[in-house]
Amino acid sequence: MQHISAVREPLITGGKTYHDVTQDVCRQVEAAPNIRWMGAFAVALFFLGIFFYSVYRTVWYGIGEWGLNKTVNWAWDITNFVWWVGIGHAGTLISAVLLLFRQKWRSSINRAAEAMTIFAVICAGQFPIFHMGRPWVGYWVFPLQNTFGSLWVNFNSPLLWDVFAISTYFSVSLVFWYTGLIPDFATIRDRAKGKIAKLAYSMLSFNWKGSAKHWSRYETVSLILAGISTPLVLSVHTIVSMDFATSVVPGWHTTIFPPYFVAGAIFSGFAMVLTLMLITRVVFKLEDYITLEHIALMNKIMMVTGSVVGVAYITEFFIAWYSQVEYEQYAFLNRATGPYWWAYASMMTCNVITPQLVWFRRVRYSIPLTFVLSIIVNIGMWFERFVIIVTSLHRDYLPSSWAMFSPTIIDVGMYVGSLGLFFTLFLLFAKFFPVINMAEVKTILKYTVNNGPSYGGSNDGSQGTGSRKLAPATAPAVYASAGVPASATVNYDKQQHD
Amino acid sequence: MTSTTLTAPATSTNGAATAAEVTHTSTRRFAIGIFEDEDVLLHAVENMRAAGVKIYDVFSPFPIHGIDDALGIERSRLPIAAFFFGCSGLAFALWMQIYMLGFDWPMIIGGKPNIALPSFIPVTFELTVLFTAFGMMITFFTISGLYPKPKVNVLDARATDDKFVLAVELDEASSELPRLTQLLRENGASEVNHKEMTKF
Repeated sequence: MQHISAVREPLITGGKTYHDVTQDVCRQVEAAPNIRWMGAFAVALFFLGIFFYSVYRTVWYGIGEWGLNKTVNWAWDITNFVWWVGIGHAGTLISAVLLLFRQKWRSSINRAAEAMTIFAVICAGQFPIFHMGRPWVGYWVFPLQNTFGSLWVNFNSPLLWDVFAISTYFSVSLVFWYTGLIPDFATIRDRAKGKIAKLAYSMLSFNWKGSAKHWSRYETVSLILAGISTPLVLSVHTIVSMDFATSVVPGWHTTIFPPYFVAGAIFSGFAMVLTLMLITRVVFKLEDYITLEHIALMNKIMMVTGSVVGVAYITEFFIAWYSQVEYEQYAFLNRATGPYWWAYASMMTCNVITPQLVWFRRVRYSIPLTFVLSIIVNIGMWFERFVIIVTSLHRDYLPSSWAMFSPTIIDVGMYVGSLGLFFTLFLLFAKFFPVINMAEVKTILKYTVNNGPSYGGSNDGSQGTGSRKLAPATAPAVYASAGVPASATVNYDKQQHD
Repeated sequence: MTSTTLTAPATSTNGAATAAEVTHTSTRRFAIGIFEDEDVLLHAVENMRAAGVKIYDVFSPFPIHGIDDALGIERSRLPIAAFFFGCSGLAFALWMQIYMLGFDWPMIIGGKPNIALPSFIPVTFELTVLFTAFGMMITFFTISGLYPKPKVNVLDARATDDKFVLAVELDEASSELPRLTQLLRENGASEVNHKEMTKF
C-alpha cells in the first residue's frame, strides 16, 4: 500500500519496489568496474601520484619546498586544511542535522555525503601533518609527555584543540557512517555469489541479520549519534576558526569567526555534495533516487548558507570601520584594494553573487547550471580561506617585514594531489560500498509522495514508516487488514520482481 | 542461505522426527513465515501473540515502525549508557587537563592561571562526545552480538532484501508446525518454511 499526497513531489521516482532498491544500488557493487569508472580511477591515481611526490619532496627536503617565508608562514597548507574540513561539514549536516529535523529526503544522499566527510577530513589532516616538518614525531600532538620525559601538551592552545576536534570528528563520523553501512553490507552479503565477496561482506556486515531487536537499538543509536554529532560538527569549525580568532593578527581577531566559518563550511560542503551527486547519479544511473527535487533542496541550503557568508563579509567590513582600529581598517582595505585584490574579487564574485542565482527556479532545477555553480562556489571558498590567511599575514603591524607570497610547484602539487587522494578514496567507495543507504530508502519508499507536514504520513515523529496511520481520505491508499493475503494489499506500480 | 539447511517444505512435515533431527541435538528448528509487506507482518505479529504463540524474532530489511510494541521489545536503555559514557569522558578530560597543567608540570603560559578552565572547554567537549560515541557503539555491538564473522547464518537471505521474516522456534519434534503454518497463512504469509539451523 502506498500513501500518496497530491501536493508533494515524490522523494523517490520510478515506482520502485523494495527489491528494485536493492537491485539498483547493488548493481554497481556486483558488476565488474565499467570503463568510465576505470578511466576516472586512473586519473585520480595520477593525481595521487602527484600528491606522493609532493609529500616526498616536503618530507625529504623540508618545508622550504613550499613558498612560505618569514612573514607569510602559513599559506596554502592551512588554506587547504580549512577548505577540506569545511567540505566535510555538509556530510555531517546531512546525516545528523537533517535526521534530527526529520528531513526524509536526506536518505538518498546521506551515505555518499558522509563518505565525502570522512575522505575530506583525511585530506585535511595531511596538511598539518606535513607542515610539522617532522611527521614521524606527529604523535607529539597527543597528551604524551615530551619525548616521554616531563612536559605535557599545552591545553590552552587552539592548535591543540584542533587536534582533539579533528580526531574526534573523524572517528565519530567514521563510526556513524559504518553503523549505517552494516545493514547494507548484510544485503550485499546475502546476495553475494563469489567466495571472496561473500567472505569480505560477511566480515564487514558484523553478523547483522535484521532482527527486530537489533533494529530497535540501531535506531536509538542512530538518533543519539545524530544528537551528539550536531554540536560536534559546529564545534569543529568553531575551533578551526579559533586557530585564527584567538590570535592578535588584524583581520583574524574577530568574534564573528565561529558562525561565519561554520556557515562557510556548510556552504562549500553542499557545493561539493552537489558536484559529487550530479556525477554519481549519472554514472550509476541513480536518477530515480537523487532526483531534481534533491538537487533543488541542496541548492536552497547552499543559497541560505551562501547568503550568511555574504552578510558576514559585509559585517566584517563594517566592523573594521566602526571599531576605529587603524590596523583592522587597513587589513580590510588591503584585502579589497591591495596586491591581492584579485583573490578578494574572486571570492566576492564566487561566494556572494553565485548563490543568489539560485533564487531562480530555472537555475535551481537545472543540472548543468547547478554543476557549474557548485564548482564556482568551491573555487570561491578556497579563495575565501586564502584571502583571510594570506592577506592578513602579508602586511601586519610592521611595514618593514611586509612580504608577498607566491606558491611553489610543490604547493600546487600538494593541493591538486589532495584532490587525487580524495577522488581515489571516493571512487573506491563508490565501487565497493553501497552509495545509497538501501535500508533507509526502503523505509521512505511508501511515503515517497508523502513528506509534508499537512499529511498524516511520516511527520508523526516516527522513523520513516509511520505505517500504522491511515492515509488521508483523498489518497488512493489501500490499508492492509489481517487475514488478507499479502499479494492483494501490495499496491506498487511495479509488482513483479526480477 | 544454503539449501542444505532447508530440509522440508512446511506441508510435508507432520511432526514426526526424522533420523537427522535425532542425531543433531544442538539443532534448532524454526517455522518461518515470509511476508511481502511490513504492515501485514505487523498484524500477523499482533494476532499470533494474541493466539499465544511465542515469536522467536522478526527479520526485516529495514526498521518497522511499531514492531517494538507488537513484539513487546522493551525500550533500549542505551541512551542511559550513553549519558554515563559522556559523563566519564567529561570527568576524564577535566581530570587530565587539570592534573597535567595544574599539578604534574605547572607552567606559566602567557601569564595566565595554570588551571584555566575556559580554555579547557573545547578539549573537554570533544572528549565527552568521543567517549559517548565509542562507549555507546561498543555497548551496542557487544549486547547485540555484532562482530566480524567469516560466515553468517541467516534464516532467510531475502530478509535483507525485500521480505519480512517471522520466525517461531519449534520443539524437537516440530509438533507445533501444522498449527503455526495455518496461523501464518491465515495472517497473510506468502510462504511458510520449516528450517533447521545447526549454527544460529
